[in-house]
Formats: sequence, C-alpha cells, structure tokens
Amino acid sequence: MTGTEEPLVIGDRKIDSRLIMGTGGAANLAVLERALVASGTALTTVAMRRIDAVTGTGVLDLLRRLGIEILPNTAGCRSAAEAVLTARLAREALQTDLIKLEVIADERTLLPDPIELLDAAEQLVADGFTVLPYTNDDPVLARKLEQAGCAAVMPLGSPIGTGLGIRNPHNISMIVDAASVPVVLDAGIGTASDAATAMELGCDAVLLATAVTRAADPERMAHAMRLAVQAGWAARGAGRIPRRYWARASSPDVD
Amino acid sequence: MRIIINGEPHTMVEAATVADVIAVLGAPPVGVAVAVDGEVVPRASWSTHQLPAEARVEVLTAVQGG
Repeated sequence: MTGTEEPLVIGDRKIDSRLIMGTGGAANLAVLERALVASGTALTTVAMRRIDAVTGTGVLDLLRRLGIEILPNTAGCRSAAEAVLTARLAREALQTDLIKLEVIADERTLLPDPIELLDAAEQLVADGFTVLPYTNDDPVLARKLEQAGCAAVMPLGSPIGTGLGIRNPHNISMIVDAASVPVVLDAGIGTASDAATAMELGCDAVLLATAVTRAADPERMAHAMRLAVQAGWAARGAGRIPRRYWARASSPDVD
Repeated sequence: MRIIINGEPHTMVEAATVADVIAVLGAPPVGVAVAVDGEVVPRASWSTHQLPAEARVEVLTAVQGG
C-alpha cells in the first residue's frame, strides 16, 4: 500500500482523504472553495448557529456541490447538555449521524472540558451518533472516550487557532499506540511540517482550518497541507531510521 | 401568545406551530433544525407541533466553522 490510497475508515464510512478541513476563518466562499478543492478533502466541518445571526446556507450548498461529506460540530458549547442538544439539531438539519463533539471549558484557552466531554460522548453514542470527540492530548482521556464508544479520538496539537504545532508529541504517540480507533490530530497546526509530523507520529488523519483559511494564500497552503499529510503518511508506513547520537558514514570506508 | 425565538420575544397567534415560526423567520426549507424547550422537533412534525405559551424556540442552521 502506498501513499494515501488506503482510505481512512471512521465507523462504517470510508473517507477518501486523510486531510479533514474546517471552514471557519475563510474570507469568503470563493476563497474557501479554492482552498477545499486544493486540499483534496472529502470531509469538512461546519458549525451550528441560530439562523437569525447568519444569512443563507451558502456553505452547505458549496460542500454539496463539491461532493464533500459534512461533519457538523458542537463548537461554542460549554456543557454536555448544550453539546447533546446541538448534536441532535445538527443531525436533524443535516441528516447525518456524524458529529465532531466539542465541549469547551473557557474562551481564553478553548481547551476541552474533559468531564463534560466524556459525559456528552456517552450520551451521544447511546443515541446512535458516530462521535468524533475533540479532546486534550491526554492518553487516559483518549482511552476513556474510545471505551465510551467514540468512532475516533481527535487530540489537539496545541490550542485552537494558535498555530503552535504539536506541543507534546510523546503524548500523541502514546494515544496512537493505545488506540484501536482512528486518531485525528485536531487543532494547533501552523504549517505543513506540523501536519507531516502528526502523520509521522502515527495519526490516521489531520483536521485543520485556521492554518489554511488565515494563511496569506489559502489555496497554496491547502495544497501544501495535502502534500504534507500524504508525505507524513507515506513516511510512517516506510519506517524511519533510528536516531543515532554519532555519525554513521553512508559512503564506503576509505582503504 | 408570547414565545421566545432564538432569545428574542415574539408574539404569535394562539395555537401557532413550529411551521409558523419558520415562516416568520423566512428560514430556508433545508439545512435547518428546531428545538422547543430543549427538545428537537422533527421536520415531519413542524406543521402539527403546537407551541405552548412562553415556549423557548431555537432555530439553527449550519455556518462556516470548525
């Protein structure tokens, strides 16, 4: 198996891209469309909001026209109860059982509230959802989310929108090694090397938005992310050399 | 009859339904979901689901995000 030809499988779905995109932060729908096409993504998030605060359903029309599967999220929810209701509304509005579960503790860090998150995950799994929780880079919490029946776990690399990359690669490795569901690195990606690193650590996919939508040239960065995810996945499969302290010649010894 | 739609007070006729709320908001026919007092009302029930007085109605749709 080479490159990214092996599809990502989440629950009973095959996803034809290991780069999952978000739609937040794009200047307009035309910019977003070019970025999504360049990314090659097959699964993309949307948020749920009160209808009087927005105009039209342009982002849904765009995703459907591009043939991209919709992954609604519960962004903005601060409690399990809020997140569960938002997920149920998303399922009704969009006719999908997929949900990116976000339960945020505070606006300053946007870090997940682990207690509310696990509670919401248990309720949504029991209600028949395919739950993809956005979680802390905590191997114990990731294990508990998997045990609760989540279809994937999505640890952060660093806080949402910071572009600080993967602050604790060892934790990501431990999550990957213990998980039997897909691991999606979600949040904190700044540039292409961060996405490649996530895949080299053994993640099954990367989810990002800001790194593309707020880049100086979103379309070019989307293309870069697509290549980085493919390269990182291929390198992980190829098996990197062990790290050595001292040099080791690659040319034959001189007689 | 007074109800709350997306946090704002509205006056509706007696025995108003969820479908009446959708009409008042001019909401598009697809990509929208409604909760009344914290419970989702399926689209198939919109025209028959009557709202109680002081009902808290939430009407959501998908936007760019995440």
